[in-house]
Amino acid sequence: MKRTTSNNKKNSFKQFFKAVGTELSDIVTTFKNGSWITRVSYLIMGFGNLVRGQILRGLLFLIFEAVFIAYMITTGVGWLQKMGTLGTEAVKRVYDPIYDVYVNVEGDNSFFILLYALLTIIFCIAFIWAWRENIRQNRISEELLGKGKKLTTTRQDLKALVDEKFYKTLLALPMTGIVVFMVLPIIFMIFIAFTNYDAEHNGYTVLFSWVGLDNFKNLFSASSGSNLGYTFVHILGWTLVWAFFATFTNYFLGIVVALMINKKGIKLKKMWRGILVLTIAIPQFVSLMYVSKLFSKNGLINGFLINMGLIDWPIEFWQNSTYARILVILINIWIGIPYLMLIATGILMNIPQDLYESARIDGANPFQQFKSITLPYMLFVTGPYLLTSFIGNINNFNVIYLLTSGGVVSNPKYTVFGTSASDTDLLITWLFNITTGATSDYKLAAVIAIMIFVVVSTISVISYNLMPSNKNEEDFQ
Amino acid sequence: MSDNRKHMGMKAKTTIGNTVIYIILVLMSIIWLIPFVCIVFESFRGENTGQVGYLIPKQWSWANYKALFVEDPDKTVQFMLWYKNTFIIAAVSSLIHTFIVLCTSYTLSRMRFRGRKALMNIMLVLGMFPGFITMIVLYTILSKIGWTGAGSVPGLILIYTASAAMGYYVSKGFFDTVPRSLDEAARIDGATRAQVLFRITLPMAKPIVIYQILTAFMAPWGDFIFAKYIAHGTSAGMTVAVGMQNLITKSNNSAHYTHFCAAGVVVAIPITVLFMFLQKYYVEGVTGGAVKG
Repeated sequence: MKRTTSNNKKNSFKQFFKAVGTELSDIVTTFKNGSWITRVSYLIMGFGNLVRGQILRGLLFLIFEAVFIAYMITTGVGWLQKMGTLGTEAVKRVYDPIYDVYVNVEGDNSFFILLYALLTIIFCIAFIWAWRENIRQNRISEELLGKGKKLTTTRQDLKALVDEKFYKTLLALPMTGIVVFMVLPIIFMIFIAFTNYDAEHNGYTVLFSWVGLDNFKNLFSASSGSNLGYTFVHILGWTLVWAFFATFTNYFLGIVVALMINKKGIKLKKMWRGILVLTIAIPQFVSLMYVSKLFSKNGLINGFLINMGLIDWPIEFWQNSTYARILVILINIWIGIPYLMLIATGILMNIPQDLYESARIDGANPFQQFKSITLPYMLFVTGPYLLTSFIGNINNFNVIYLLTSGGVVSNPKYTVFGTSASDTDLLITWLFNITTGATSDYKLAAVIAIMIFVVVSTISVISYNLMPSNKNEEDFQ
Repeated sequence: MSDNRKHMGMKAKTTIGNTVIYIILVLMSIIWLIPFVCIVFESFRGENTGQVGYLIPKQWSWANYKALFVEDPDKTVQFMLWYKNTFIIAAVSSLIHTFIVLCTSYTLSRMRFRGRKALMNIMLVLGMFPGFITMIVLYTILSKIGWTGAGSVPGLILIYTASAAMGYYVSKGFFDTVPRSLDEAARIDGATRAQVLFRITLPMAKPIVIYQILTAFMAPWGDFIFAKYIAHGTSAGMTVAVGMQNLITKSNNSAHYTHFCAAGVVVAIPITVLFMFLQKYYVEGVTGGAVKG
């Protein structure tokens, strides 16, 4: 299994370079063999389209080129030049003797330099792609005309957008959204991980600059003058422990509950199911925050226990890190079982009944049936779901934050540059606190986000290769 | 005779088994429902607005509910405003969200084009980054246009819908099960791709459309991380989730705890009714999504 993956990787690298090679040689041969119209198109994009009568395509190419050149000359080049330093002059306060006041003289802004430089780079890539497309269209046009065929008209081009090219129309809006609001910010944050951008170096009054791999070194070295490395390793450890328990307790208990409700002879199935589904319907933040308050020092649980005479003093559930950790897992079970019950019910109904029939004839007891039929079947069908919910739990902000933000005391060992973390914090809640506190540390947030990505992608790759539905696809067919 | 006894034994065993199951189910129902009973009781408490160690109010009153709907002189409880914000965000973003998800999932399920596999892989990898990290950039940009703080409603709509395409999986799974032969028959009759989508596929996709609208409508009520970051401590720009959390922070808890309980009840009732009404579609979507991964 492993060998094939690594082979695939090598092949895909090879394929990539091969593809680049063919593109380049295609560009050269098209120039050599092409007519003068094609050759002019290398300089003036869309020229070929315009001369050959495809007005719309030609105009689009031409306008794009004009806009690109104008942008690059006026501002684009400037941003790229500043990208190396991320600005040299911060905003300054200068004394104005005429009015006897201090005024701000605008300087550079590192944040926007980096942002616009990034946009410029993406614009350049888009331009190269368009230029290549322009050449390709010239070649295709020449081939078609050489064979005596006709080129598509503008009207046909437009019509194709609701027919065979309909996917372009449909994907235009969704992909723009993803590029602008996911891809760009993520690339930007990856850059930030290599700068010293934080509340002090805010890019305006104090500029930030490139620091190379320093942030990553700080994260892994023990002697960086702070507890950063210690905190990171311990929070990562708890994140994984939490994700493991949160995923698997819910999963198995959810199956058990579904089995109990679906068992032959149990009456009022709809009612039991309904009660659990009701708790899905109630917005999670209401139930989480309320349950968190139930367990607080003067909450109902402590009040009840004292009234019953079971304890004399309130138990500080959220102040004790072990209690708090157990409690978040237990409350997560309370939140999660209804979902798993629904999912498991749907899947259990699809298990071929004759499997159970023959198991009964062979004398298997209910537990054995569960172990050798129900569980393998469930694991087979829900393997990918387990993986996504494990990853979801690594980033489960809501449960941890809403349960613990009110009361959990932070661990003094986890203090990093003025922001603290508690024993129940996950990487994602830590990241949130780092970016919102008084000492917002964006560079550290970026580094942690990258580390979360590394952890999640590693787990995904490993478990995807271990997954039964991936290995023996036909076990249950 | 011995056969009969064995049969009796089996029967007794199932009865015992079922009794145990009934006991567990009753206990579970109590555990699952009791917090909601408690919150209703506490929301009617008149004698103390903080946390007390007992459940049954000594003095029943509507005061906590009234406090939600009148102007608060301290501007701490701006429940009407939060509710309005959240409702606008939920209503608008559920429509845009559904539109984007349907476009993406239909395309990826039905059409074959160059780069389709690559696109799906890129989205998979993007999904492995914690989405919150995009906020640091987006916040700075949105604050330049004034869509943060008090004006956070359009900002949040944008954030909830912009990368909606990432959640195409469940509805792609649905479209994958709609037989392709229908499309092909229509195409042979001269229908364009767009006509196939609007006249044939969409009318059949009602369950998945409702599922998408329902989940997208419920998401802003429960989202916390983006809403809190964008509102940035400005009460006027909060959603109910952020505003209500604000009520039970250490400094506000003793004055506003029962207001929080009342707000919880007011928020939960319409959402719960809507959900129970459309439950069937939700269950279908959730189970389908889990099986297909």
